Amino acid sequence: MQITSIDDLQRAKGAGLAQLYPDKPKILVGMATCGLAAGAQRVYDLLQKKVQQAPWDGVVEKTGCIGFCYKEPLVDIIIPGKPRITYQEMTPEVAESLWEELAAGRIPEARVMARLDVDDMILNGGPRRLFKGKLTGFLAKAPRYEDLDFFKLQRHIAMRNCGFIDPDNLLHYVARGGYFALYTALTAMTPEEVIEAVTTAGLRGRGGGGFPTGVKWASCRKAQGRPKYVLCNADEGDPGAYMDRSLIEGDPHSILEGLLIGAYAIGSSEGYIYVRAEYPLAVKTLQRAILAAREAGLLGQNILGTGFSFDLKLNLGGGAFVCGESTALMASIEGKPGEPRAKYVHTADKGLWNRPSNLNNVETWANVPVIIAKGADWYRDIGTEGSKGTKIFSLVGQVKNVGLVEVPMGVTIKDLVMRVGGGVPENREFKAIQIGGPSGGCIPKQHWDLPIDFDSLREAGAIMGSGGLIVMDNSTCMVDVAKFFLDFLIDESCGKCIPCRLGLKRMRELLEEFSTGKGSLADLDELESLSEAVKDGSLCALGGSAPNPVLTTLRYFRDEYEAHILDHKCPAAVCKELITYTINQELCNGCTACAQECPQGAITGSKKKPHTLNTSQCIKCGACFEVCKFEAVTVA
Amino acid sequence: MSVTFKALENILDHYPPSSEHLISALQDVQAKFSYIPLEAMTAVCDHLGVPLSRGWAVVTFYKAFSLEPKGEHDVAVCLGTACHVRGGRNVYDKFRRDLGIAGPEGTTRDLKFSLRQVRCLGCCSMAPVAQMDEEIHGNLSQRKAGQLLRMYRKR
Repeated sequence: MQITSIDDLQRAKGAGLAQLYPDKPKILVGMATCGLAAGAQRVYDLLQKKVQQAPWDGVVEKTGCIGFCYKEPLVDIIIPGKPRITYQEMTPEVAESLWEELAAGRIPEARVMARLDVDDMILNGGPRRLFKGKLTGFLAKAPRYEDLDFFKLQRHIAMRNCGFIDPDNLLHYVARGGYFALYTALTAMTPEEVIEAVTTAGLRGRGGGGFPTGVKWASCRKAQGRPKYVLCNADEGDPGAYMDRSLIEGDPHSILEGLLIGAYAIGSSEGYIYVRAEYPLAVKTLQRAILAAREAGLLGQNILGTGFSFDLKLNLGGGAFVCGESTALMASIEGKPGEPRAKYVHTADKGLWNRPSNLNNVETWANVPVIIAKGADWYRDIGTEGSKGTKIFSLVGQVKNVGLVEVPMGVTIKDLVMRVGGGVPENREFKAIQIGGPSGGCIPKQHWDLPIDFDSLREAGAIMGSGGLIVMDNSTCMVDVAKFFLDFLIDESCGKCIPCRLGLKRMRELLEEFSTGKGSLADLDELESLSEAVKDGSLCALGGSAPNPVLTTLRYFRDEYEAHILDHKCPAAVCKELITYTINQELCNGCTACAQECPQGAITGSKKKPHTLNTSQCIKCGACFEVCKFEAVTVA
Repeated sequence: MSVTFKALENILDHYPPSSEHLISALQDVQAKFSYIPLEAMTAVCDHLGVPLSRGWAVVTFYKAFSLEPKGEHDVAVCLGTACHVRGGRNVYDKFRRDLGIAGPEGTTRDLKFSLRQVRCLGCCSMAPVAQMDEEIHGNLSQRKAGQLLRMYRKR
């Protein structure tokens, strides 16, 4: 379908709505990478087969991830005049019985997670109530989405379409108000007004730095030289963060529309999306979205009949974390090793191919259409004084409700971990969160009333980063965490400047000493001063922020470092040199599970008799600890 | 797979002779042969008009490229933060022990498996995870890792 005018856009919206909410039952399967990893493909294949075999008037479609990763695979059923119902932890077997019930005209009751009464449709004229009258039976009793703790504090703006549309279907995106913001920008606003709106809205870069997006755009618009480029940073490298992947896999057109609006504001006709090759599904989804937009005429010449032209290329990353840094990313697009350069000349003036360039992150771009459609003031109302809007966090690690959550800026750590996340599993104790990836830091429990926004996190020594939020409990050793991040950064340092290349190595050596129970308190001071030197002396943000995990753990968990150095103990029982595994003779019932699993043959004992572990043979792999069901294997 | 002119031409035909396509072309070579044969790198550099040293620089800089042939099955164990705090390191060590790989990464002698570390596959909700070829396996333990290897050995 060609979309070259506002009339076409309206028609596409009508056609899309008829597909989103058809007059027959519809089954939706969440098929983002997290769903697929949990087995969604088999569920989808089975349902498709069933539908094709039987004379049943209904459809099966795929969709992205709504964020409830820990309940995947998720299946939704949309029946005309009924609330949408979400089913959790689907297997092919359960899906089969689910389908049979549905085909028989009943609403399945097993594995209901929640019901959705109102579809927000924030960009399409407001909420759409999915049914009239009163609910009866089990439907009335099923929890609503907003009743679930996981969802209560959430507000989906960037994720507005994730889990609602088929990401490969352009009409679905248009049906929920997509590309109307682009039309508004192109026809009713000057480029300056677009920039003004983004500036007033207070949108700050979601990729890590938190730089005001409008200011960035304005300086690129002012820059001399042509052509100008707009770039999308989809090289999501922070370990523990996957919101960009999910956005791309769930709603790729929101990013394209953002880029188009940005290109118009800046005066650019060419753009690039630099995406991580480790995300094969995201790459394919983007390829299909670009193709669909081009075929519809939403990329190319004379877009929507306005005379504005823009097209996009997709570049695959080579697996280098440093390429998330703007100048390194641009070098990589040029076909060079991704080494950053000093930024005394800004990329807004001389970026890709030495031309003015504007780079923003996936989530930033996805927010842009909302600001244009709803207005800067609407957006400004959400969030805190200095940080407007919402932020997506990947709430992962030692927390019950693992998943992607989009909350207004300013939510406290405590609310995020204890309410949205449901706390730490197995009655262990919450210890700290790690936020901001390898450039961020650990914030301990005593600061859990801290509101999460750009500025308060920076004060606490961490950064917002791309929003990876890893929950740690008392089984996590902070020295080990610091070592983990340094390992990562040493691996990923490009090696161009000395503070980063050598400084990090030396810091790693010191941490290695501590984790083996060696070192002295004076070494702690050396670690601290070295951290400051690396911070000040490095060329780019990778090195400049690399000491953050070390500095924050030193600041908040110095006692844990001292326990390693002075007592030669690892309080969390993680550092291998300092721990021993033993078998509690009273709890062991001789089930032999540990002896079978031990790669060293270090565990001996006869059946149904308490076993013993020969510590001199033990390599501390923890296999016995993992398999013991009776908590007889202890580690200290 | 042996390196033939035909196979290389099929790749190079997609790219106009300009240096910006170096990484993309090499990615295609990597996908085709599962490593970067020296002959292929020379051909790519010649075609794009960049010095061979640039080819070396790129291939050794980016993790996506390998100068050694890879095994039949690609085992990528995630060592992202979420996997790390949930015991990913122990799972990874189990893979290493069972495959008999001495260094941090490598290929088994029978060219059946290549083991590598990867920093975050974006499936943190199922940590610890590993990707075997195209498939992602989540909520791993050492025992499950052993089972996976036995399963793939039979394939």
